[in-house]
Amino acid sequence: MGKLYEELCKDYRFKEGMHTCINCGTCTAICPAAEFYRYDPRKIVDTVQRQNDEEIEALLKSETIWYCGECMSCVTRCPRKNGAGLIIMALRNLSIKLGYFTESEKGRQIYPLTRVLTGNVLKLGYCVHPATYKYEDHPESGPVYEWVLNNKEEVFGRLGANYRGQGTGILREIPQNDLDELQAIFDETGGTERIKLVEEASRKKAAEMGMTPDEYASYAFTHCSRGHFNSEKETL
Amino acid sequence: MIYQGKQKIWSEYQKEIPDDHWFYVRSCIRQSFFPGAEKHFLKITRDLLGKDIYETEHHTTCGGIAYHCDTIPQETAMTIVARQFALMTEAGYENLVASCITSFGNYCETIETWREFPELEARIREHLWKACRREFKVPKYVAHASDLIYKFRGEIAEKAKFHLVNKATGEPLRIVEHIGCHYSKMFPHKGVGGAEYPCVLSGMAEAWGGEVIDYPERRHCCGFGFRQYLVRANRGYSMSNTHKKFESMEPYHPDVIITNCPGCPFFLDRWQYVISETEGKTYGQNGYGIPVLTYEELAGLVLGYDPWDLGLQMHQVAVEPLLDKMGVPYEPSKKYLGLDEKEIMKPGLPTVLKCC
Repeated sequence: MGKLYEELCKDYRFKEGMHTCINCGTCTAICPAAEFYRYDPRKIVDTVQRQNDEEIEALLKSETIWYCGECMSCVTRCPRKNGAGLIIMALRNLSIKLGYFTESEKGRQIYPLTRVLTGNVLKLGYCVHPATYKYEDHPESGPVYEWVLNNKEEVFGRLGANYRGQGTGILREIPQNDLDELQAIFDETGGTERIKLVEEASRKKAAEMGMTPDEYASYAFTHCSRGHFNSEKETL
Repeated sequence: MIYQGKQKIWSEYQKEIPDDHWFYVRSCIRQSFFPGAEKHFLKITRDLLGKDIYETEHHTTCGGIAYHCDTIPQETAMTIVARQFALMTEAGYENLVASCITSFGNYCETIETWREFPELEARIREHLWKACRREFKVPKYVAHASDLIYKFRGEIAEKAKFHLVNKATGEPLRIVEHIGCHYSKMFPHKGVGGAEYPCVLSGMAEAWGGEVIDYPERRHCCGFGFRQYLVRANRGYSMSNTHKKFESMEPYHPDVIITNCPGCPFFLDRWQYVISETEGKTYGQNGYGIPVLTYEELAGLVLGYDPWDLGLQMHQVAVEPLLDKMGVPYEPSKKYLGLDEKEIMKPGLPTVLKCC
């Protein structure tokens, strides 16, 4: 058994998701990602269960582990109670821990995601909040949400929200003491260490690519090379 | 309760949802995109049905979206969940109700993983004590907010002012229901009807007079995919999956789509707008889209609440065709008013998708 496989075995999602794969391909048949991306969860589970470190390392540096949407449709359907989506979560976790995520275009997206999501959680106490949801990043939210964002106090107020107010209610301000507790949880459980690790590895990669960290984050957030999708002729 | 024979077989798909006394945790997405839905969940359960639903200002996000975007470790996510459990315990409650499917899945995953690996629960207890000096009991029961509306669907039907029936023809409205993947695909026994016969929404639709459509891609994901939507470069995945569902349901001419998860209605609503802008295609009648409602919004219409108090003006797909079919009255001039009926600028209009 290789060292990388040993590392994967420590992850509880791997313990839950990796039993014995019979290579039937049911996970791939049900998978929303496999239909559009060049993605085959059956192959990933099979690669992992061979316990070959070279193959696992290649996987950790690849685009393919970032295609899953974590919908967990595969968990319901596997006749052997494997969970390809859970194995993916363990692979992504290890890829980040080892800094391998910067080796792929989709992996590099962890940087803008970490900035936005952990920023929202620690500063606001929400994963998503209208205060940091920018229309220019989300034109698909439509003219109606542009209107909401331009009139937040009016629209949320009219609908009975307690927008950034004290006490209970919709979109209330989370008290500072509670945000301090979230920060303490991050410090205690490795969340803060993870943010630093992502920041350092991403800054290093940004320098290699000749970009500032902000340019790198923006490029990772917006750029999609051809070759990710089944319908494209190009390969990456 | 002890079941025998066929009752025993079906009991695996049923949930014995407690009648009262709930510790309530809100949803980041529902608050941001469907605030009227959360308001009316409380209005229906607390004010109309007299249930005890307790909220504390100290609860936070469950961290579920950050967790499923792989930006926080599992132990961080579980300790945030443990803190919510501690707030519940301190408030004297044993039943937890979440307004979000990602949260519901997150709470279920945490409890089920601890059940299988007690040493992990012990470690999280230690983390929570060190970080917050808090202790907790694991909830006796975790429900999604829709479970409560499902449980009380009969009471809501008795108080109904409007039904899911086309007023002009007398025919039942044709309903597409979308459960949301993390409701019962990960832990089927946690959802009403399990993964095979999920009836949390179809039960409501039928109780209120509608007819549920069974179409090929009924159980396909809405396309959220966490990082596949949140990162702009990946949104092709999200829209392609929604497109697949719309192409599949189109021949059945649905009057409305109802949704369980707070994210799904956003995607099913907004990708109709994007498909109309990019391909010129609309899926409703006469250039309109198919209205997409949350279950609280639908319950609110059935109970006769004002559509603009419910927040249906925050949808991109116009809801008026549905209101007209149900015979629900509405005042068009009040749709986009601000606080205290203040006149504010109206939203822009889509190029293709018809709006009222």
